[in-house]
Order: sequence, then C-alpha cells, then structure tokens
Amino acid sequence: MKIHEYQGKEILRQFGVPTPRGLACFTVDEAVAAAQQLGGSVWVVKAQIHAGGRGKGGGVKVVRSPEEVKLAAQHILGMHLVTHQTGKDGQVVRRLLIEEGMQITQEFYLGMVVDRSSQRVVVLASSEGGMEIEEVAKHHPEKIHKLRIDPAAGLLATEAAQIAKKIGIPDAAITEVVIALQGLYRAFVEKDAMLAEINPLVLTADNHVIALDAKFNFDSNALYRHPEIIAYRDLDEEDPAEIEASKFDLSYISLDGDIGCLVNGAGLAMATMDIIKLYGGSPANFLDVGGGATTEKVTEAFKLMLKNPNIKAILVNIFGGIMKCDVIAEGVVAAAREVSLSVPLVVRLEGTNVDLGKKILAESGLPIISGSDMADAAEKVVAAARSK
Amino acid sequence: MSILINKNTRVMTQGMTGKVGQFHTQNCIAYANGENCFVAGVTPKKGGQNFEGVPIYNSVLEAKQQTGATVSVIYVPPPYAAAAIDEAIEADLDLVICITEGIPVHDMLKTRYKMQGKRTLLIGPNCPGLITPDEIKIGIMPGHIHRKGRIGVVSRSGTLTYEAVGQLTALGLGQSSCVGIGGDPINGLKHLDVMKLFNDDTETDAVIMVGEIGGSDEEECARWIKDNMKKPVVGFIAGITAPPGKRMGHAGAIISGGQGGADDKLAVMEECGIHITRNPAEMGRVMQKILKG
Repeated sequence: MKIHEYQGKEILRQFGVPTPRGLACFTVDEAVAAAQQLGGSVWVVKAQIHAGGRGKGGGVKVVRSPEEVKLAAQHILGMHLVTHQTGKDGQVVRRLLIEEGMQITQEFYLGMVVDRSSQRVVVLASSEGGMEIEEVAKHHPEKIHKLRIDPAAGLLATEAAQIAKKIGIPDAAITEVVIALQGLYRAFVEKDAMLAEINPLVLTADNHVIALDAKFNFDSNALYRHPEIIAYRDLDEEDPAEIEASKFDLSYISLDGDIGCLVNGAGLAMATMDIIKLYGGSPANFLDVGGGATTEKVTEAFKLMLKNPNIKAILVNIFGGIMKCDVIAEGVVAAAREVSLSVPLVVRLEGTNVDLGKKILAESGLPIISGSDMADAAEKVVAAARSK
Repeated sequence: MSILINKNTRVMTQGMTGKVGQFHTQNCIAYANGENCFVAGVTPKKGGQNFEGVPIYNSVLEAKQQTGATVSVIYVPPPYAAAAIDEAIEADLDLVICITEGIPVHDMLKTRYKMQGKRTLLIGPNCPGLITPDEIKIGIMPGHIHRKGRIGVVSRSGTLTYEAVGQLTALGLGQSSCVGIGGDPINGLKHLDVMKLFNDDTETDAVIMVGEIGGSDEEECARWIKDNMKKPVVGFIAGITAPPGKRMGHAGAIISGGQGGADDKLAVMEECGIHITRNPAEMGRVMQKILKG
C-alpha cells in the first residue's frame, strides 16, 4: 500500500528523521493560510499524488510570496498531473503539501527494500540524489552503495556511518545521516514496509540533513496490525475497479485490452493473459478469484469485469483444485443472468468436478462457448472478440 | 526414489483443526498411502484429541517424539504461521511445507534468519505443497490429475503447476515429484534448490520449470543448469503481458526497477539451454518432443 509524501514525512518525524516544516492542504485558502502559518519568504507547493516524477510533470513550484502560493495552489489543485508513473491520463491532484523553502547545497539518495535474493533488508545509498534510482542503476551502478542488514542486530551506527562516507556526506553531517538512516530502518521494520525512499536527502548550507521527500510502500499482508497505516489510505489514488475487487478479496488489475479474463490462481491468470496475447488478442484485466471462491465471489468478479466498457469477449479459465468447477459454473451462470451478458463468453474448465461444471453450463441455456484446453479457449475468445 | 517425500514419509499437520486444515488433511489421508503417512496433528491446547483418527498434540516436538513424524505441513492462519514454521525448525524436522498465504514479509525475514545454521528445509509459504504421485500428497493440489512417472515439475504458482501436470498426464507422461515453491518474495527452497534434487534423482528423466515475473531466481537456476544439469529442462515464465509496477496477485510477482520481466528471464533461460516455450498450453508437448528426441 502506498501513501502520500506528507504522510510519509509524518512517519519519518516519529522516528527522528528531520523533515522540512510543512502542512497538508485540500484547498487554495488552506494553502495560503499554511504559508502564512509557516512564515518565512520562500515556500514549496507540492502536489500530493502517489506517483513519482511530480516535479517534472509541473506538480512542484517554488514560490516567494503569498500571492504566488495562491497562484501555484490554484494551478496545481485539480490538475491532471502526468508523470512517467501515472499513465497518459495522469492523476488528479486533490491534496497539496506547503513547505518552508530550503537552502540546499547537495542532494543524496537513501532507500530501503526487502531484497529477495539475500532474504534481508537492504539499504541503498547514492550521491546522485533527486534522480530516479533506476536511472542511476542503469547509467552509474558504481554510484549505488548497498548494505545488507542483519535482522538481529539492526542497522549499526558504524555501518550507517560507513555508507554515509561512501556517498560523500561531509564529516560534519555524518552523525545526522546516521540518525536518519537508523530512524528510517526502524520505521521500515516497525511499520512493515516493503520499500522506503528519501529522495532527495538534502544537505543544507550549515551542514544539517533533511528529508526533502518521503516515499513508502507497505506490505498489504501486514496491514492487519497497522490501523495507523490503513488510516493513510487514499481511495482517490486507486483504480475504482481494484478497490471494488479488494472488497470481495479478489485480485484485479485493469489493463488496456478488450478481452476480460477470470482465472483462479495468480500464475495461471498471468499465463492466460499471455496466451491471449500470443493468439493475437489483448487482455482487458488480470483477475484472480483465488483458491476458495464461492458462487457469490465469482458473480461479483464477473460483474466487476463487465463494468469495463471496452470488453468485447470474456475468457473464464479455471483449473479446479480447491476450487470446484461446479461452483465456478454456478457463479458464471448466475452472473451472466444477473447482468444479461451481451458479449461472447468462452469457458474452459478443468480439474475437480469438471463434468458437473460443464453440465451446469450446458443446461443453463446461455450461449457459452466451450474451450477444450487453454489454447483452444484462447483461440476462440480472440476470434469472438474480433468478430464483435 | 522421487525427491523430498515418498510413501514412507511421516507427516504432522500444524493447524489441522481449522476449516482449511481439516479439509486438506482429509484429502491427503485419502490419497495413496496417506492413511499411513499422516500420523499427527499439532494444535496448542487441543493435545489428546484426535481428528479422523489422527492424534493431536500440543507441540511439534511432542508430535515428533510420539509419532516419529519428520515432516510438517502448515495451514496456520497468516498472523501465526511464521511462528509455526519457527517451531518446526526448533524441533529439528527434516522438511516444513507452509501452505499459508498472506504471511507478512517481515515475519518471514525473521524466520529465514532463524533458519541459518539449521538443517530443516522449508517449502513455501503461499504454495500448493508437493506430491509424489501414487505415494504421498502433502498440500492442496488435486491428487487425481497426477500420474506416476519420470518428469519432475517445479513451479512458483499453484494452478499453473496443475496446468503443467494436467498436460503431462494427458500426454501419458507421468511425474516423479511435483513441487510448488510458492509465490512469496521471502521463502524457502528456490527453483535452483529443487532443480539440484531432480538432477540427482535417479527416477527423474526431465524437468518442467515454471516461473513468473519478479526477482531473479529463475535466472540463477538457469545459470546453474547450463553448467551442471544432466537432464533436459522445459521452461515457461508467466507474465509476459504484465505491466511494470503492478503486483500480479502473488506478493513476489512484480516487475520493479526494470528487473524481473518475463522476456529477460526467458532470454537467459534459452541461453542456458533450457527448452523454453512462450505458450503455456505447450509445456507438455515441448517435453514430449524432447523425450522422443
């Protein structure tokens, strides 16, 4: 689960990582009031969306008067901010962060990830702050320093100091970077993060370090023990179809094709998308109904998929293990009736109770096209979508 | 032979008395030699009771001492599952298979750390388990699609494993053992570990390796295969069409930072001599072609 920058900074402050003084706002008036409350003569008006690359997209403005704060807030609030992470339609800006301006002398990168190959939390640090770390990794991999953390000992001050030196932090600021790194690590572990980034961590003229940005991604499997993180969830940042899906414990992701897929199991769902593509079609979604789906769950999954106006045909691909084919078949029939299905439906059933499942489909009187195996089903659904 | 488990394996079930544990324990007992293989259940505070005639113990250690079970399968709910793995490792079992889906990653990081220096092997979490056809089934896969034979299957996914197995069985190609290693980023045995076991198994002639986007486990396995594998390997990677940055159901199935894409994985696998297919419906037929030479 992702959160906004201002929320990430709240977490950083709780763990002793210095951040600029700032206030989150929802309206232009609030933005102007925030600038006045913060005082000073330079402010930064920052669009709050979950995607990165906001500065390049015009979502961050440095301003020097309350009037400029107002103009910047008016401009940014409500804009469709397009970045390399939002897709071409961009993301509507509904929240702002107003911060005090900073005298910056240098920018660094600090990050943490759960690294699957070492099975540890790994610290990433670089002198190339303010850039996408993926770009640094591509062009200057030697400028990224990594440190695997021993879970029993945590991040030691000596280790943190070493990595700070490697990225060129001046001696006078090492202690503050150690505190920031250790705070970030504690936040990472205690809040069950999968990814955390301070990019950039800036060095001020008087050798203080400050987290100018904050990005967190939390483990959705651990949210049950973090109500304070769930409270940060912003539904405006999520795909409505994916929100609807999560209510029914379905795993759904919108794609830009025209063939809807309903599959049990994540791997088979991906493979189903792949085979549609292989046969010349294009999947409209990833949809995994999971292992223990009920008739109701399948019906909801079906309804969800059909909300997509681009859908020209549907492929149901089920390999029943825990999930019985007759349960799927009943769900498909119920859903097709409820939504008065108007696009071709191809169903491929295999596994537990397959004959019973096929019988339910055949006796339903619905115009269901049967696929004998995955390839046959894919071929048929692509043909059906083309003829629509 | 087969790998990891056979008809003589003795298994305890952690979380046997829950709804999921009960359902799958019944199915595992009903499969092949299951009645003799599944000898104990573990549920704290329910020691002394039994389920379907299988005695329940309060702890893993007690179950091991009383029944001689050396393998455990875990259906414990996510918040407590990592602790269940820890207990099985503490009791020095040979093998732990964790079916549970949705364990917090930081819990698994701690568990993996505790496993250092221990001999216990872990499969999963978030996996279907493993099966040696006609001998023993430990996990949630449908037993009836399998057939005894000489092809090994290793996969990160559940139903896609069934798909591979179903294709093999339909072509008359049986399986030696099928291992689902699970879709989580922090887990036990990787493709590579299972591949080594298949390479050494005298009853396995060839292997189907099913991977998916995310991480670099398949690449690591492929490089090992290039230099060491004595048997043909057929490979498929799910997620060629998956967009970057979107988690495809499994916690581990995400293309991030430009890494973990299916095309890159397939390219490395092909370079390393694996017979790759981009068509998930062709895994069985590619294997059949290779075996016919």
